[in-house]
Amino acid sequence: MGHEETVYDALDHAHGGEGQWAFGTGFDEPLAGVDTTVPDGVDPADLGAYCLMLGDDALVLAQRLTEWVTASPELEEEVAVANIALDLLGQARLLLARAGSVGVLGRSRARATASIPDEDALAYFRDPDEFRNTGLVAAPNGDFGRTMVRLLVAATVRLAVLAELRRSRDPVLAAIAAKGVNEVAYHRDHAARWVLRLGDGTPESHRRVQAGAVEVWPLLADVFSPTDVEHRLTAAGVAVDPSTVRGEVVEVLTAVLGQATLQVPEWPAGTVPRGRLGEHGPELTELLGTLQGLARQHPAATW
Amino acid sequence: MSAPALDRTLDEASLQAHFDGVIAAGHRIEPRDWMPEGYRKTLIRQIAQHAHSEIIGMQPEGDWLLAAPSLRRKAILLAKVQDEAGHGMYLYSAAETLGADRADLTDKLIESRQKYSSIFNYPTPTYADVGVIGWLVDGAAICNQVPLCRSSYGPYARAMIRVCKEESFHQRQGYELLMTMMRGTPEQRAMVQDAVDRWWWPSLMMFGPPDDDSPNSAQSMAWGIKRHTNDELRQRYVDMSVPQAEALGVTLPDPELAPDPQTGRYRFGAIDWDEFKQVISGNGPANAERIRRRRAARDDNAWVTEAATVYAHKHAAVSA
Repeated sequence: MGHEETVYDALDHAHGGEGQWAFGTGFDEPLAGVDTTVPDGVDPADLGAYCLMLGDDALVLAQRLTEWVTASPELEEEVAVANIALDLLGQARLLLARAGSVGVLGRSRARATASIPDEDALAYFRDPDEFRNTGLVAAPNGDFGRTMVRLLVAATVRLAVLAELRRSRDPVLAAIAAKGVNEVAYHRDHAARWVLRLGDGTPESHRRVQAGAVEVWPLLADVFSPTDVEHRLTAAGVAVDPSTVRGEVVEVLTAVLGQATLQVPEWPAGTVPRGRLGEHGPELTELLGTLQGLARQHPAATW
Repeated sequence: MSAPALDRTLDEASLQAHFDGVIAAGHRIEPRDWMPEGYRKTLIRQIAQHAHSEIIGMQPEGDWLLAAPSLRRKAILLAKVQDEAGHGMYLYSAAETLGADRADLTDKLIESRQKYSSIFNYPTPTYADVGVIGWLVDGAAICNQVPLCRSSYGPYARAMIRVCKEESFHQRQGYELLMTMMRGTPEQRAMVQDAVDRWWWPSLMMFGPPDDDSPNSAQSMAWGIKRHTNDELRQRYVDMSVPQAEALGVTLPDPELAPDPQTGRYRFGAIDWDEFKQVISGNGPANAERIRRRRAARDDNAWVTEAATVYAHKHAAVSA
């Protein structure tokens, strides 16, 4: 008897245990209480554009991973994939809010009602050509093997960038990077373990994950090509020039694929950073159609 | 050879007496304890159904994960659906302490040899459904599950304590979404009322058939697996929900719903048990889709599971 009452009591006084709820039950803006002053000598437009690059990568990859929820091989994987998507969504919210805080909202602010926060104006009311993610994160998932290869590659690149970005002169970016490094280190580890299991599992899993790598590798073509924005911000000590992480990425991916008994596909020649400049294929339009549809049907609504 | 058989009978009688004593004293049965076969089977069936309900229950709301209308709502919903996968895992683990096997239980679900809560066979056409599932469906689940925290079987009771705590967060998040929508546009308010109209009666059915038509209830109560009858729990849920509906500003779709001045509890209209029977026997709006998707997750990824098993054996052999 006593025990049941205790449980009811715990439910009634659940606010004492809010730490258990991944996002609290409050309504805080992601950057509430944070000093968002722009460092001296930095163009806010550049800073905002850079935040969109990193934020859109996170948002789009979170959306792709979420497609696996209710479709994963094991329940443990449902939990893991949702967890990774949640981490990336959290990073996207911070980065989009940071872009908004320096006034980089593009046409989205005019399309969204005033009550819609900046992060949602940017996520829901920009058109595909205003997105700054790479093609690597926007590509469709394919099977579970290809999904894990893409996650391995994307997390390896992102981890290398975030690790450097912890020293950014923008304290907000530095803090977002410091939090992100721990998360993305886990994402990379999780994906690497799957690539090992699949590469060194059965002949079929080896064949499939090898084919996944062959499909994913060409997506690296523009990942290491810096934009003018990244050049300027790197010179100002705010951003990381992606070409500087190529060596680490090649080393890590070569080691993981080698251990997984897989062949490393040919490294593609560098091309212009199309995604960063807003050039995307139809797969991003489709992804955003799903993501944005309901919010755009009710532009005056708050949720 | 006859003497040991006689001993076994005597042993069985004393084991049964010990088991009965544990139940009567309100203590818990643990996995290593002797238990009657009927108790074990009933528990496996109930825990498996519960686990299946968590896993199938990821789908109706999961349908909105990609389209949630704000990033905050998307994060909340993703965390919730993730919790449901976690609940499924603890519950399958509890069933495994009784000798069941998760893969075998999953096969039984996919082959429709075991059931799951019929509530998850209703579709979720609007975002208000996400809120109403949190408020009403999770609310009803909490009413059902809080007493199970005192279930006589230890692993089940302990799993339920954790599940109930998380469910209460889900319920509050659902209600908060509905509150926000009710303060929003006229279309949003209409969406909420429409969702309440569709989910109210099915949520009442979540407590199972009325007591005079619930064949397994008496034995489950005697074994301490169940603590209250279906009708008692249903009444508790109605009494809880009516003031919440008033605070929200929605109308529950039952003209007979009214306080009974004698008991202080709410009287409500007759439940359409034919609908319940139809849905539970596989003819609900989304039964086929729910099972199809669960089957696809198993079958399309069978090569992944097989590879993981082969890899584990290979590397266990190396390190051994």
